[in-house]
Amino acid sequence: MLDVLVIGGGNAALCAALMAREAGASVMLLEASPKAWRGGNSVHTRNLRCMHDEPQDVLTEAYPEEEYWQDLLKVTGGITDEGLARHAIRESSTCRGWMIKHGVRFQNSLSGTLHLSRTNAFFLGGGKALVNAYFRSAENLGVDIRYDTKVDRLELVHGEFRAAYVGNQRIEAKACVVASGGFESNREWLREAWGQHNGEWVADNFLIRGTRFNMGVLLKDMLASGADRIGDPAQCHAVAIDARAPLYDGGICTRVDCVSLGIVVNKNAERFYDEGEDFWPKRYAIWGRLVAFQPGQTGYSIIDAKAVGRFMPPVFPGEKADSLPQLARQVGLDVDAFMRTVDAYNAACRVGTFDHSVLDDCHTEGLTPAKTHWARPLDTAPYYAYALKPGITFTYLGVKIDERAAVHFGGQPSRNLFAAGEVSAGNVLGKGYLAGIGVTIGTAFGRIAGTQAARAALDTRVPQPVEGVLRAAA
Amino acid sequence: MPPPEAASTSFDALAREAAALAAGGSPTSSPSARAGELTANEAEVARVMQICNACRYCEGSCAVFPAMTRRLEFGKADIHYLANLCHNCGACLHACQYAPPHEFGVNVPKAMAVVRVQTYADYAFPRAFGALYQRNGLTVALASAAGLALFLVLALALRGTLWHEPLAGDFYAVFPHNLLVTMFGSVFGLAMLALAIGVTRFWRNVSPGEVPPGGNAPALAEAAHNVLKLKYLDGGHGEGCHNEDDRFTQSRRRYHHFTFYGFMLSLASTTTATIYHYAFGWEAPYPVTSLPVVLGTLGGIGLLIGPAGLWHLNRTRHPLHGDDAQKSMDLGFIALLFFVSLTGLLLLVFRDTGAMALLLAVHLGVVMALFLTLPYGKFAHGIFRSAALIKWAIERRLPSRLQLGSD
Repeated sequence: MLDVLVIGGGNAALCAALMAREAGASVMLLEASPKAWRGGNSVHTRNLRCMHDEPQDVLTEAYPEEEYWQDLLKVTGGITDEGLARHAIRESSTCRGWMIKHGVRFQNSLSGTLHLSRTNAFFLGGGKALVNAYFRSAENLGVDIRYDTKVDRLELVHGEFRAAYVGNQRIEAKACVVASGGFESNREWLREAWGQHNGEWVADNFLIRGTRFNMGVLLKDMLASGADRIGDPAQCHAVAIDARAPLYDGGICTRVDCVSLGIVVNKNAERFYDEGEDFWPKRYAIWGRLVAFQPGQTGYSIIDAKAVGRFMPPVFPGEKADSLPQLARQVGLDVDAFMRTVDAYNAACRVGTFDHSVLDDCHTEGLTPAKTHWARPLDTAPYYAYALKPGITFTYLGVKIDERAAVHFGGQPSRNLFAAGEVSAGNVLGKGYLAGIGVTIGTAFGRIAGTQAARAALDTRVPQPVEGVLRAAA
Repeated sequence: MPPPEAASTSFDALAREAAALAAGGSPTSSPSARAGELTANEAEVARVMQICNACRYCEGSCAVFPAMTRRLEFGKADIHYLANLCHNCGACLHACQYAPPHEFGVNVPKAMAVVRVQTYADYAFPRAFGALYQRNGLTVALASAAGLALFLVLALALRGTLWHEPLAGDFYAVFPHNLLVTMFGSVFGLAMLALAIGVTRFWRNVSPGEVPPGGNAPALAEAAHNVLKLKYLDGGHGEGCHNEDDRFTQSRRRYHHFTFYGFMLSLASTTTATIYHYAFGWEAPYPVTSLPVVLGTLGGIGLLIGPAGLWHLNRTRHPLHGDDAQKSMDLGFIALLFFVSLTGLLLLVFRDTGAMALLLAVHLGVVMALFLTLPYGKFAHGIFRSAALIKWAIERRLPSRLQLGSD
């Protein structure tokens, strides 16, 4: 019988397959997509957030565990599991050597991402290069890889894995790692999860920045089979992206990075949030939700000529006009309402010394909502508008796991069913987002799941208690 | 897989608009003739670069992407500069989240390759000869070689000197030295002149025209290093480039090195022999252990191994790499280099036999075909790529004009 069955083809699945194979297990990996689309959301990633106590090859200064944990605590608002989170954080300090061994190469932080040079290690060529490297390594090690293979359900007996079904085909294995992603590609499920707001089905206007293959089939199946549930189905990594982005797989380039340099209005031409609250890298991940609750799930980022060349070039050219009323007409906003908003904003601007690289002293006074930094009047033609929609990268609803990545059923860990990646990321990330944390969680728990699955398959003895693993990792 | 029911086509429409806008809405029969107007191929590079500039994952792979990030818009000169910086290594294609089958259909190596051949044609001297790049394929190369060789063979046959008693390798008994110098020297000289004029025009159009702090010397040294080591076939991590799939291989770099250094050694052999002839009055044939023969032999071996390897790699390349339409041009050049070397080495081996005149005629025919096709074929890539690499080495030493904030 096959030792370890890995379901999924992204970073976490590949990490699990490689670790299980290295531990001596026979491994089969089932990827739902055709080969050309393999890798799930991992092909859209570019770095992992790494704990380190001193400068390393591509990482500057230090990013100690405590700071990392505090960053995570802040973005999640405490909706996290400290034990699992610290486990993933510590793993991130030791996994890169292993990644390099399997062909992943790192590069200095990309231009325009200097703020990430301390915390995030970038893959040379990005996530697809990483996925390619892992697949090559898996092939070389003899992992049996099947593309176009969608698992419909698992056969579980009291939380113990017996087999997976691909249509009528039953695939038995001694242990299984589910790393098949969240459910962000499943429009119906998203619709149901987000419900209605002001009479609108919020999720109907979402774009999916990630893969089109994460239908959440196994997530739903495991939950239906009694796996313990974690996370809120409406929580996800959501960014405000260009409204013209493709429905799926828009990836990184669809972001619009000029929000903090201008104002953002909704369909009623009203501002609705402080655009200059904090540095954009610390705020980009909240704007998906902000826009999601505006009418039509639409926002418009408005800038003037002063902002051009100060933000990462957008993939689609902005709507351009020589006057503000003209711009409003072009994007279909009520001109009077728009001009009232802009005039009020312009009049409220208290311009000090503009500096986009610090939290500067340009702010508004007597305006609601305020713009607390980088507030400069929109007064220099040409003006540009970028329509925004929520772009979902991945969902946080998942199955509960422990430090061994074992899936919990009724509070008890399964002996041989493990989960990693987005399907269990909600254990660590209940809310918000931190750049590069997704790959860190996937890598950490993918590796753990692979090791534990191999152990469960090869070792007839009772698995190590959780505390033992924790000690070994510490 | 859920159907991409609302799959956006807006991007294509935008790209078309941009292209139409950039082209000023007035398509001409030779659309690349006037500066500022983009051909369809150039517009494709501009479209792709706009996507890449918003992504940047490949920044570490080669010089194209760091050069791209210094720009927000891609005009004609930028497009040709970037196209010639590209070595068609394939790294950015296999790593691309937007490559086919993605609807963005980003294929940087192909977009660049298609424009490169336009660079050669646009900057060709004389300009009217630019069209030759379209026709300079494998057939033309081999037909010219065979035709010229046959012509020389027939000339000898008519004079009754094709078959002869062994002449101890005395080539000049067959073709007088001055005749050879005049014929080959002038054709090679004209070929080099044509390329020099072309690349000078290219340089003037795309040069930043500024001298970096510290002068041009470090930039030139860096560019020379990058050319001589084929730095940008290293994948950014030193493990090589792609050929048939997403694996990295050094084979293309190695076979290119065999070819390039083989060519240079052969050139050195000829140069040495010329110096011997004119400076010292030492006339061919030179002994097997002499410098011209040793250099020529080593060069010849390089020019057998290199082109043979490159031929094989060319035939096994991933179908999405580069421009299929140019493969014939690539192969024509590869084949001529191979046959120049093969006939040259055969001539060396059999120069003391009665077949020397025949072998010499064939060899000279192939060499002449190579020289004639030199300025209007694949050879041009070396010249234009080197120029682009020098420009990059200068440009990256200049401060960026952009003040992009953090993303």
